[in-house]
Amino acid sequence: MTNVTVAIEARGLGKRYGHRWALRDCTLTIPAGHVAGLVGPNGAGKTTLISLATGMLAPTTGTVEVLGGRPSSGPGQLARVGYVAQDTPTYAGLSVADHLRLGAHLNPGWDAGLARRRIEQLGLDPKQKAGKLSGGERAQLALTLALAKRPELLILDEPIASLDPRARREFLQVLMGATAEQEFSVVISSHQVADLERVSDYLVVLIASRVQLAGEMDDLLASHHLLTGPRRDTASLPASLQVITESHTGRQSTFLVRSSGPIIDPGWAVDPVSLEDLVLAYLGHASAGSPNIRVLEARP
Amino acid sequence: MIEFHLDSKSGVAPYLQLIQQVRQALRLGLLRAGDKLPTVKDVAGLLAINPNTVLKAYRELEYEGLAAAKPGVGTFVTKTVSDASIAAHQRLSLELAAWIRRAQQAGLDFESIEALFQRAVRSAAREEAV
Repeated sequence: MTNVTVAIEARGLGKRYGHRWALRDCTLTIPAGHVAGLVGPNGAGKTTLISLATGMLAPTTGTVEVLGGRPSSGPGQLARVGYVAQDTPTYAGLSVADHLRLGAHLNPGWDAGLARRRIEQLGLDPKQKAGKLSGGERAQLALTLALAKRPELLILDEPIASLDPRARREFLQVLMGATAEQEFSVVISSHQVADLERVSDYLVVLIASRVQLAGEMDDLLASHHLLTGPRRDTASLPASLQVITESHTGRQSTFLVRSSGPIIDPGWAVDPVSLEDLVLAYLGHASAGSPNIRVLEARP
Repeated sequence: MIEFHLDSKSGVAPYLQLIQQVRQALRLGLLRAGDKLPTVKDVAGLLAINPNTVLKAYRELEYEGLAAAKPGVGTFVTKTVSDASIAAHQRLSLELAAWIRRAQQAGLDFESIEALFQRAVRSAAREEAV
């Protein structure tokens, strides 16, 4: 295994269909060794970014590197990346065993023992056609194929969006157990922050092609605070505080701020911010100030 | 062996919840020196949480001198909380139950009782810290 420090690196990356940009001027670095959550509203460009990173699409502008190599630059690169596409597709007419045979033929580093063990643990019948499996079972089959490939990086595009709560949990249990065991990097996208709250230790918030927020989850949560206190002007806040959102009533002001140091002003009640509130604040922030929001509005 | 659980509504970070559960199991005598903690893979797989969260909790327990990692074998509890304090638990918990009954008789609801108790614990902790 090569010693890489970056899972995905995009520079000025863009993809245009006719007149419409699905992803525009995207620059971001996702470090290796993390479970990185890629979060953003529908239409933010998550799937386009992932399709470019897996080599399913070619960029219109810019570059993207995955584990230091160009996507789909050859069989060697393809073998290093496991990919589970949106809604975890499988071949409805093929049996579970057929899927494993297909995986063994198509992947040089295929781990047949691991695939068989996982199918047994899941309690799937190898003779069962994939079309007859439940949504949760299909998702687990798709995940098994990606894991048995023994990838260095596993990319999952909204893998649990269409699953019921129990199947979601089971999918994430298997994914986290395998992450601990096989020690690969993971990039997982979702439009639901809550899905990723416990599984990710790195977060990228993508809004209208732009990275609004990126960093280690603990750092992001520790550097954002909710301040509540008697009404005051935004201008009266110290310059060390970056205001993300604010709201005021007749007597009270509430600010969500980013601050590198502790906030010691006794005039404020300082509370921690949940991940969901944090992401929503940046969504609001982007729609209030960013010129990129036109990209979102241009969508049908 | 201890089995971890997470309360998603508590607002307490998952790694802190794991630490608190080990500390509590030690205090109640459910864990003693030499006991093995569940593997990182098992905890991550059971709770569907990031393996690094579990590692972080275990490292903190090592730092506090409550556990030690044996490479390739697992993480083990290194400290037993003194039996004298465990023996006192039953008496204290009876006294507390009696106190809660008195608080109810005085007209307090459970939320007020909890608030009162938490305030007393916090102010005692502050006095000790000074």
